[in-house]
Amino acid sequence: MASLDKKDIKRISELATLTLTDKEIETFAPQLGEVVEYFDQLNEVDTSSTEPTSQTTGLEDVTRADEIDTTRVLSVEQAVLNAHHEHNNYFVVDALLDKSKDKS
Amino acid sequence: MKLPLTINQLQTELKAKKYSAVEIVDTYLSAIRKHDTTLNAFITITDEYAYKQAKNIDETIQNNPNAFDEFPLLGVVISVKDLYLTKGIRTTAASKVLEDYVPQYSATVVERLEKAGCILIGKTNCDAWAHGGSGENSDFGNTLNPWNLDYVPGGSSSGSAVSVAANFALASMGTDTGGSVRLPASFTGTVGFKPTYGRVSRYGVVSMASSLDTMGHFTHSVEDSEKLFAVTKGADHKDSTIADRKEITSQKKVLGIAKEYMEGLDDDVADVLNRSQQQLEKLGYSFKEVSLPHMKYAVADYYIIQPAEVSSNLNRYDGVRYGNDRTGFGSEAKRRIMLGTYVLSSGYYDAYYLKAMKVRTKIIKDFEKAFETVDALFTPVSPTPAFKIGEKAADPLKMYMTDVFTVSANLAGIPGISLPAGIGNNNLPIGIQLMGPQFGENILFDIGKKFQSVTDWHTRLPVI
Repeated sequence: MASLDKKDIKRISELATLTLTDKEIETFAPQLGEVVEYFDQLNEVDTSSTEPTSQTTGLEDVTRADEIDTTRVLSVEQAVLNAHHEHNNYFVVDALLDKSKDKS
Repeated sequence: MKLPLTINQLQTELKAKKYSAVEIVDTYLSAIRKHDTTLNAFITITDEYAYKQAKNIDETIQNNPNAFDEFPLLGVVISVKDLYLTKGIRTTAASKVLEDYVPQYSATVVERLEKAGCILIGKTNCDAWAHGGSGENSDFGNTLNPWNLDYVPGGSSSGSAVSVAANFALASMGTDTGGSVRLPASFTGTVGFKPTYGRVSRYGVVSMASSLDTMGHFTHSVEDSEKLFAVTKGADHKDSTIADRKEITSQKKVLGIAKEYMEGLDDDVADVLNRSQQQLEKLGYSFKEVSLPHMKYAVADYYIIQPAEVSSNLNRYDGVRYGNDRTGFGSEAKRRIMLGTYVLSSGYYDAYYLKAMKVRTKIIKDFEKAFETVDALFTPVSPTPAFKIGEKAADPLKMYMTDVFTVSANLAGIPGISLPAGIGNNNLPIGIQLMGPQFGENILFDIGKKFQSVTDWHTRLPVI
């Protein structure tokens, strides 16, 4: 499969919400490209009749009673304790939609 | 005072009033203050907290005649990797992203160890987010190998391994997603244990790759490793992957050697394996060649699955509820997030991630077949002893190959243990690895204890 160029790295970084400098893009392109090329050897393995594994100990359908466990509930004060931006016990977040750019 | 190297020795001496728990903490802390400015094993030293716990323990010993029966790890000074949440004590994952994060609760493992009588002396350095095999990816500086300061201690649980090797604690918790306990154990001459997937709760531990993460630990002796596991294992009804299945035993007295694990070994590593094999033969074990034909695909397979899961787990760090924003990620975290995002992205999922999960099935089947005829597999931990600081830092693929003999145990969910088995050139320790079938931890402890009864590598300490 193809190696990765700088355009690929930029696109992947956007998907991953990472901001990269030009220098990082320059460094990561050959490094990640080499790793991705290394993955190609898996094509040697015939897996046409093999099921994928996602859980190794064979557990299925682990459930619990739908009850509130008060020992695991944080108070509002505790929950916002580590937030850098908090307002009246709410987390302050960046706006996802920009109204000024809404032309409709 | 001379610090004890086993829990048995510690508790015998505490009972005999040779020293108190507070004096033990004094001694560890003075060693840390003297040497850790160089070794950098700790990110946070919890001295006040440790003294408080030690005072309580001294009172318990004074007032409760059954104290040592009720609290199996009474007086054991531990350190924990800075991935384990500790209520009220900063937990960083060795990343700038979490440099000021103070958890509101503790990990199950930490709670259990404290309830069993342990004293927490500090939070240890590691590769940030547990990404690395050398300890060089920490945002809080490298941890050095106490056996030779020019060499890495192995990672990612670098500080945990060094804290035990350098006698800053009697035991330490690490995490093992692809070898992050076994590798640094081998490089520092300590016992490093990785349980079966889902035997020890991951609740309250910063997630790396959820289908691979296991909670392991470092000690000097196998006996102590078993004692810690007895406390940490089992359901907590918080981590839903916990499987409390019957522990298995195997008395074939046959160990497997897979030729796929014997290729490209450094001379010192090959020597240590030969000598260890002879010692195990004297103990009555015979050796049988087995084949793990898909072993050669393990690193490629692992470096698809693990970054995929990393990219998903690290997506939660947005700086809203806690921590800093995503600009705080270091280079290795960025690389893994991007690799994972790539292999999961539209058009590539089947070619990479799904394919890797199928190859994983093949790797598991190889192990199952091998364990039909042997109790455990006998392998190196790493093809080489510890390498020089900086040697692999600029070449990610070369660094990833360090994990060649450890990742397959995580892919298969099986237990493994690294045992100190020799000291090679440049004063560098070398370990051997035993891997057993799922839920076969006791098989490994049994062989390990016998091995340590005829060897003394685990009692040797670096001169620091």
